[in-house]
Amino acid sequence: MTIQSDELVKIAYLAKLQIDADNTARLTRDLDQILNFVDQMKSVDTTQVEPLSNPLEMTQRLRKDEVTEINQRDAFQNIAPATEAGLYLVPKVIE
Amino acid sequence: MLPESISELLKGLESKTFSSEEITRAYLDKIKQHNDTLNCFITVTEEQALAAAKASDQRRSEGKAGLIEGIPVAHKDLFCSTGVKTTCGSRMLENFIPPYESTVTGKFAEAGAVSLGKTNMDEFAMGSSNENSYYGPVKNPWNIECVPGGSSGGSAAAVAAGLCAAATGTDTGGSIRQPAAFCGITGLKPTYGRVSRLGMIAFASSLDQGGPMARTAEDTALLLNVMAGHDPKDSTSSTQAVEDYTASLNQDLSGTRIGLPKEYFSGNLDADMGKALEAAIKVYESLGASVEEISLPHTELSVPAYYVIAPAEASANLSRFDGVRYGHRCDSPKDLEDLYRRSRAEGFGAEVQRRILVGTYALSAGYFDAYYRQAQKIRRLIKEDFVRAFDHIDAILCPTTPSTAFKIGSKTDDPVQMYLEDIFTIPTSLAGLPAMALPCGEKGGMPVGMQLIGNYFNESKLLNMAHKFQLETDWHLRRPEL
Repeated sequence: MTIQSDELVKIAYLAKLQIDADNTARLTRDLDQILNFVDQMKSVDTTQVEPLSNPLEMTQRLRKDEVTEINQRDAFQNIAPATEAGLYLVPKVIE
Repeated sequence: MLPESISELLKGLESKTFSSEEITRAYLDKIKQHNDTLNCFITVTEEQALAAAKASDQRRSEGKAGLIEGIPVAHKDLFCSTGVKTTCGSRMLENFIPPYESTVTGKFAEAGAVSLGKTNMDEFAMGSSNENSYYGPVKNPWNIECVPGGSSGGSAAAVAAGLCAAATGTDTGGSIRQPAAFCGITGLKPTYGRVSRLGMIAFASSLDQGGPMARTAEDTALLLNVMAGHDPKDSTSSTQAVEDYTASLNQDLSGTRIGLPKEYFSGNLDADMGKALEAAIKVYESLGASVEEISLPHTELSVPAYYVIAPAEASANLSRFDGVRYGHRCDSPKDLEDLYRRSRAEGFGAEVQRRILVGTYALSAGYFDAYYRQAQKIRRLIKEDFVRAFDHIDAILCPTTPSTAFKIGSKTDDPVQMYLEDIFTIPTSLAGLPAMALPCGEKGGMPVGMQLIGNYFNESKLLNMAHKFQLETDWHLRRPEL
């Protein structure tokens, strides 16, 4: 096994996904199968190869530091699950 | 009976044989008749479509016709459309009504197109069969026991069944080309950066690319004219000048050098599909093209590299779904952590969760170099394979898929088996090259698709080659019986 169930629990925590106890075994097996499959990558020596992140090797364009957008807070908050007085509502964070 | 292609529909609209309102009503009727069976559309926007068609007829009568004035189309449900529900095939976005318009759908509207609605897809474009949609699987119109391919399966099936004149799709690892092949239509994934990603719900940002799905190469060229171009609001959008893709459709092919990658014609390929491709090669030879074997030695590593890079990017992109700003929120969360974790677990389906977990693992401390960096290095090797080949050839001809459309349910238990479906489309995606799928045969009543891969920004060569092939053959004219 490349991955153990306690590792899966840790990854799920990092990914902010609730994993039910009865799903842990199945997900661990799925992940293990996928990771074993992608392990084929290890068969190539790439010490001399530079990583490629953008297929066209473009760099980020810069733009002038000017305001181009208008304030659309109402439009954006209209689709939020819970808002009040222009703020997004979440459960109490500070006791 | 509606004409088959956009070019014929435009002739009819120009000569006033019919109005946009009439053909829009005809398509809406066909959707009503067949969508229950095929499940191509998640949302049909009947009222808006009829209003847009009337406005289009008005514009045409005033002499203000756009490039595809009055043509009824469908958009994959990951293009944001102002005021129209955009679900991305997910429960997470079941009630999401975007406050802004994607550049692609905006350009279609500007060109006069009438949107009939939003098409079904694998959730967040993750899948090769459309079985990963929260809104149920799409059926292949050639055989409703088979999948239409994915993730743009709803668009492909809708075009094949004649429920729209053309549709938009997006392709991250084959999501335009594979469903086009399974449904017997023509689809193009442009060069990365050719079509704006603004308002396309992101899956893997260094791979995602929108493109047209249509009945003919000629229609595909016309649609690319509508979609392509620089967008200052997409920082990875290319500033390379846009050609008129319809201008070179009829160019003579003599002297064209076609490469056949030996790695694509070996073990993985079905024998009957090999025969269909051989026949297609003969057509090109008769048109004056020359053919030679080439090698793309890192092909086999493309699927493993892709299934690190795409999930890694997806895990980052999908972290925006937090149950706070928009999208699904769980009932009565006990604290913020619970809100995040349950909203995401309830909102995302099984495959999306798998990929988020794989991506999070590959990016986590201690594994980054072994997985993510190694995958990016292999990505360069794959790109270099293609660059070497395009040094002496003009285009690559190869299969789009290892087999024809498979039965619904036959591959759902084994994620890796499903991933290997994309072995012929993923390498091009990693390299960022343009590629097309078009029908070139049939096997057991199901379409066989060939793939043409071109050099960077050379979409016009692919469209030229596809159009010349369609002038010689009738595979693209065959229709499923509904």
